[in-house]
Amino acid sequence: MRLTPEEVEHVALLGRLQLTDEERERFTTQLNSILEHFEQLAQLDTSNVPPMTHAVARSNVFREDEPSSSLSPEEALQNSPDQARDCFRVPRVIE
Amino acid sequence: MSSSQALNELTAHELSDLLGRREVSAREVLDATWSRLEDVDEEIGAYILRTREVAEVQAAESDEKRARGEQLSPLAGVPLALKDIYCTKGIETTCCSRILKGFVPPYDADVIERCRQHGLVFIGKANMDEFAMGSSTENSAFGVTRNPWDLDRVPGGSSGGPAAAITASEAVVAMGTDTGGSIRQPASFCGVVGLKPTYGRVSRYGVVAFASSLDQVGPITKDVRDCALMLNVLAGHDPRDATSIDAPVPDYTQALRPDVKGLRVGLVKEFMEYQGVGVDAEVGEAVRGAAERLGELGAECEEVSLPHLNYSIPVYYIIAPAEASSNLARYDGVQYGHRSRDGSDDIVEMYRKTRDEGFGAEVKRRIMLGTYALSAGYYDAYYVKASQVRTLIRRDFDRAFEQCDLLIGPTSPSVAFRLGEKTDNPIAMYLSDVCTIPVNLAGLPGMSIPCGFSSDGLPIGLQLVGKPLGEETLLRAAYAFEQSTDFHKRRAHAIENRNGRRCAVSRATAA
Repeated sequence: MRLTPEEVEHVALLGRLQLTDEERERFTTQLNSILEHFEQLAQLDTSNVPPMTHAVARSNVFREDEPSSSLSPEEALQNSPDQARDCFRVPRVIE
Repeated sequence: MSSSQALNELTAHELSDLLGRREVSAREVLDATWSRLEDVDEEIGAYILRTREVAEVQAAESDEKRARGEQLSPLAGVPLALKDIYCTKGIETTCCSRILKGFVPPYDADVIERCRQHGLVFIGKANMDEFAMGSSTENSAFGVTRNPWDLDRVPGGSSGGPAAAITASEAVVAMGTDTGGSIRQPASFCGVVGLKPTYGRVSRYGVVAFASSLDQVGPITKDVRDCALMLNVLAGHDPRDATSIDAPVPDYTQALRPDVKGLRVGLVKEFMEYQGVGVDAEVGEAVRGAAERLGELGAECEEVSLPHLNYSIPVYYIIAPAEASSNLARYDGVQYGHRSRDGSDDIVEMYRKTRDEGFGAEVKRRIMLGTYALSAGYYDAYYVKASQVRTLIRRDFDRAFEQCDLLIGPTSPSVAFRLGEKTDNPIAMYLSDVCTIPVNLAGLPGMSIPCGFSSDGLPIGLQLVGKPLGEETLLRAAYAFEQSTDFHKRRAHAIENRNGRRCAVSRATAA
């Protein structure tokens, strides 16, 4: 598999990154060499091996559905770059 | 301890005795630590934020409680360096990223609450690779940290600041995090002790997430006893972290018996050579010497092979970036952190500009890699495949632990490398974690302790790996080895011998 600069641009959009021309070029080269390094995994037959998703095998962890304290609106908003009327303010999302 | 040693040069357990007998005050310990920090940190660069006011209040509280005759934690009044990855209520937390510059958390991480309860004194926030992604601390947005053994070399990473702070006696104990070796590798490069506990032993609540199935918090200390004391503080169940293990926490200092008789120790072949390429000769020699020493102390040593460890690097560099690309989606310029001032009225453009301005090159590279590995059409070939091989790696460890109580090897294939040496070659940088990464993939406890020095006088680390929740076995073997050697007593002097070096250092920075 070889990544083209166009695919790199598409991945950047998915990852919500914006790349300069220079970065796009550099990442295309570097990602290809890293992906090439990954190809060795194909040597291994894993057809009957379950994927490991966590180090500690466990099922769901439940708690009682009881109200408890949380951050106040002031605390929740104290680090926001832009806010209005106790809300986070962002560019228009809905036309 | 000799009377010529400054208080900040002592271990935490030595200080604890002096503080307990009220021969010294927490205030005096803080002053000694602060004066050292002011003397050397401009060149070492261990800290990115100094928290003197917080430290003064904490030291005063500790002294007042002691004066009232209250029973205090053994670590009350001991100066602590914090990797800048923990949420600390009222104290800026940046993860050494421009995107979090100015972020003041409204709450404490679980481990921070524990440190406050035990009366530790917060000296400051220590440097790290941005979002813990790196092996040299050169990816910090706020400058490099230099290795106190040789100022032209890296301290390792990503917890390079905390490790350098301990080595240079700019703190007495420190805390790091370890996703692929970020506690153990810098501990090795800096000649100190570092422990990554079993996954789930320590809560991740309030710790900035990198790769959630791999991240663990742990101590970096001057010796093994201090490490046990710190683990006593950090370990324990926390319902706010659903992956936290609800198991009893022993008193880890009880494990410190200088006795390994009958302990079955396996020297891991794949730690000594990855895909047929051996570790540096001096590193290999020191580690074999350590195995012999454990044998002389009564352990039964043999070589074991865990063949799937030869796939650790590709597995890790698929899984960790995949998890990171998801975890780092939260940095979007909305709830906290940086937002681009470019004034875009399109929200996706705002996200992209914000993240372009806020993230450094390695973080972007890993977001790209992870996004690609999880994207439609590639998910099975990369992420699922890597997760299956992760199972094979874990099974290799399980099999080895049927015949061994403990596995050993080098912590890193080389000693500390030079600043700038690997910054343009991501894979070469990734390979410096080749011995530590499999331990995170399997979720096991791992530890690094000093086991020798290279001909250049740079420290070499011995890695010990235990069964799940086998921290006591690690500490016991580490303590027995440490007590029979004096590697942990050597101190780094590069900073003391720096006259005439300042020019060389600044030239290296300019280059």
